[in-house]
Amino acid sequence: MVSVEYAGEATMNEVCYINTGDKKLKSEVIRIKGNVADLQVFEMTSGISVGETVEFSGELLSVQLGPGLLGQIYDGLQNPLPELAQQCGFFLERGVYMAALDDKKEWEFSPTVEAGARLESGEQIGFVKEGLFNHWIMVPFQLDGVLTIESIAAAGTYTINDVLAEVKDEKGDIHQLTMVFNWPVKRAIKNYAERLKPEETLITKLRIIDTFIPVAKGGTYCIPGPFGAGKTVLQQITSRYADADIIIIAACGERAGEVVETLKEFPELIDPKTGRSLMERTIIICNTSSMPVAAREASVYTAVTMAEYYRQMGLNVLMLADSTSRWAQAMREMSGRLEEIPGEEAFPAYLESLIAAFYERAGIVRLKSGDIGSVTIGGTVSPAGGNFEEPVTQATLKVVGAFHGLSQQRADARKYPAIHPLESWSKYKGIIDQKKTEYGRAILFKGDEVGQMMKVVGEEGTSLDDYIIYLKSELLDYVYIQQNSFDPVDAAVEPERQLHIYDILIGILTAKLDFAGKEEARSWFNRVRQNFLDYNGKKWKSDEFNNLEKTISELLDDKKIGVEADAESLWAGESRRG
Amino acid sequence: MQKVYSKIESISGNVITVKATGVRYKELAVVGSRYGSSMAEVIRLKGDEVALQVFNGARGVSTGDEVRFMGEPMKVSFSPNLLGRIFDGSGRPRDGGPELADTMVEIGGPSVNPAKRIIPRNMVRTGIPMIDVFNSLVESQKLPIFSVSGEPYNELLARIALQAEVDIIILGGMGLKYDDYLFFKDTLEKGGVMSRTVFFVHTASDPVVESLLVPDIALAVAENFAIQDKRVLVLLTDMTNFADAMKEIAITMEQVPSNRGYPGDLYTQLASRYEKAVDFEGSGSITILGVTTMPGDDVTHPVPDNTGYITEGQFYLRNGRIEPFGSLSRLKQLVNGDTREDHRAIMDGMIKLYAAYKESLEKKSMGFKMSDWDEKLLTYGQLFEKEMMDLSVNIPLEAALDKGWEILGGCFAPEETGLKSELIEKYCRTKV
Repeated sequence: MVSVEYAGEATMNEVCYINTGDKKLKSEVIRIKGNVADLQVFEMTSGISVGETVEFSGELLSVQLGPGLLGQIYDGLQNPLPELAQQCGFFLERGVYMAALDDKKEWEFSPTVEAGARLESGEQIGFVKEGLFNHWIMVPFQLDGVLTIESIAAAGTYTINDVLAEVKDEKGDIHQLTMVFNWPVKRAIKNYAERLKPEETLITKLRIIDTFIPVAKGGTYCIPGPFGAGKTVLQQITSRYADADIIIIAACGERAGEVVETLKEFPELIDPKTGRSLMERTIIICNTSSMPVAAREASVYTAVTMAEYYRQMGLNVLMLADSTSRWAQAMREMSGRLEEIPGEEAFPAYLESLIAAFYERAGIVRLKSGDIGSVTIGGTVSPAGGNFEEPVTQATLKVVGAFHGLSQQRADARKYPAIHPLESWSKYKGIIDQKKTEYGRAILFKGDEVGQMMKVVGEEGTSLDDYIIYLKSELLDYVYIQQNSFDPVDAAVEPERQLHIYDILIGILTAKLDFAGKEEARSWFNRVRQNFLDYNGKKWKSDEFNNLEKTISELLDDKKIGVEADAESLWAGESRRG
Repeated sequence: MQKVYSKIESISGNVITVKATGVRYKELAVVGSRYGSSMAEVIRLKGDEVALQVFNGARGVSTGDEVRFMGEPMKVSFSPNLLGRIFDGSGRPRDGGPELADTMVEIGGPSVNPAKRIIPRNMVRTGIPMIDVFNSLVESQKLPIFSVSGEPYNELLARIALQAEVDIIILGGMGLKYDDYLFFKDTLEKGGVMSRTVFFVHTASDPVVESLLVPDIALAVAENFAIQDKRVLVLLTDMTNFADAMKEIAITMEQVPSNRGYPGDLYTQLASRYEKAVDFEGSGSITILGVTTMPGDDVTHPVPDNTGYITEGQFYLRNGRIEPFGSLSRLKQLVNGDTREDHRAIMDGMIKLYAAYKESLEKKSMGFKMSDWDEKLLTYGQLFEKEMMDLSVNIPLEAALDKGWEILGGCFAPEETGLKSELIEKYCRTKV
């Protein structure tokens, strides 16, 4: 942290540059007291000396919004990392800042309005083709009131800085519009008609999430878990398979190695839905743990601002933040240096309100054009000592719509994804009839109870009926909740297949089964499990798939003597299976 | 130009302050006292008040002593002459050899651009089944060994150093017992690898502050070797001592402590060291293996906890064995897909069954009747511990996988293993 004496005016969160040696170091005003401003420097501070000068830019910390963001890899301050590498080599030299967007690239512009049209901010004046999408060129979000188009460029190729239109505002001032404009990262973009309730399920192709603890488009969810439980792997799987138009990954204070995996693999992975490289729908904001802390704090805001920008084009954006705890820690470090009175575990007292404000930037909205766009935010939390009682987890749980808690025990037992099926919850609607998922959860719950009891009274002290419930819950866990992300088929399960196999499974779970003893029951369940595992690895509707399905149903028919009484109502209004 | 100041304003702990101008943050200075001179580093500037951290400790420093500013930050000499040498925490020779001063390089330099990293893809074979089979070590990985005092973690480090296929080994010792230092020296000398090893050793009897420099110096040297296409293995032991030294300074500086007295930036400080592990695009690599002793065997203690979040997995060393639970190599998936097709299946399958064995063991100890299944698990568990987990087992990966099938086949019927039928048919050669 650096304190500077200034003459004239200073603005909170204004960007400044410290002149040290031949370098200019970017920083942000975080406290003003009298004529002294405290700056947090986005770079390493070594070598700064008392008496050096500071330039105030007059601008808040902003990102540049325009075509060309997709497929890019930025640091927390929107410096494109591949371009930096070209210029500086292996290391991130400090004081080097580069343009976020390529100003040489030409875009094919098609206007959608004519001179004389009256628009408000956030409305479309035309579009360019960016990869798969029509990238709307919009009236900058900060312009107020109704604007009249004075002139508009004809269809043709332009670079991002060419003037495309001139608009006149209500006061009669003329503004020139290009493809790009800046927006301060810490202000939410609110240029939409109304915010809607998130209701549609965002398909992740993970069975446990889509079936039991779904996420909605425009919703929020968090993944707390101790280290080694698979948070980051889960995020990577989601970023690959989730059914969103655009994925924005904010790698915030985590390992560089993980970002590299995404960075190098995504360009080669093909999105099955579009047949194009996954990178074309992805933006990576990467401020890993060894990069300067202050930029880490900015990086999640940079990411969410870009997410909101693409939402304004009627797209569904999924933003993944890994990890929000590192972001909170960055705030704690700054707060400590400001010598603020610390709150719980030395986190600043305003931690909760900042976390709430961040997650509130998610949402599904109806735009002024009538299109619907959404931002879904999924954040991982890395609680100290794996204890969910700590401030960041608790503050996050208050504001999110779904909680995917990872469990160390499940990770230790290699039960992946290690989401705890009983502790996790979701307020959103899933793809499977709720009555059926409730039934499955109840089996898991009862099975868990029996399992606990068995530890005390032993297997011989458990009744056969209880034992069967235990085996049923184990089966559901083993073949449905656990999923093998390395198996080409099992890694991503389409909703259609989830519905189908859950129905088969619920057929087994609800069946009254006839066994002579526990030995027989266990060996029968082992056989079913084995077949089911093989079945999960077979291609949807292939011959092998159908054969195994038949084997499973024969196994069931062999032992089934009826349906459990509490399951009768599950099929109300539906024709009964088998 | 060097400036000399002869009025020390305050001395508190190992931190002294002088009034000086034109001083830069992180600049080095020499403090001369009648007990010998010591290096010091600028750690805070406030107006004309400069706070310095004295590496040899402030004991014996008097207010009238001389502080000479060097005008540049801490640097270390880098050349092939380093190989085979032993230095202390501030880079001075410890082996009686000549001091090195050519091509000085900065320590604690900027971090690597993620765009210039590549996905690690080479497995580092160690001959230890618990590592090779279950948690493969990968080139450019950063991995700590979580342990408690008294466990043979230094022995494990030395064994990995001897067997791993790398070009350069750099040992950074922090608060190392003198015996342990001699142990490393002897083992590496006997193993014939001393000629490609550099030691930066801070022993328990040296001033605490010096240990703060060890990781930075070791990693700066490693980084320079890696840029010259070398595969470098950095061994750091023990990182808990490093964190404790940081705590000491933070408290002296009156920083707001966050958790058990550790500074709020503990995570960032540890991360900026561990993150030096890298595989450069078109050049060499750095692999970091550290030791973190857990005070009171408590993994939620801030040091192991923060470390766990930074590193790509961890090995738990307990009772002389690498524990299968909790131990994890986050990068193993990158390499264990190409070794043998049954590698992953054996890896997961055997651990799941071992977990079941532990449950049965618990039931047994509570005096419950053992079912047939429990008996099978008990036999399995004992075999697994004896033939896989024991640290004395030294076999290549393929032999270890075959051994795994042998154990499974000897204990269970095929459908009890939870493994895919095709693999069982292909690899399991034992009678059913």
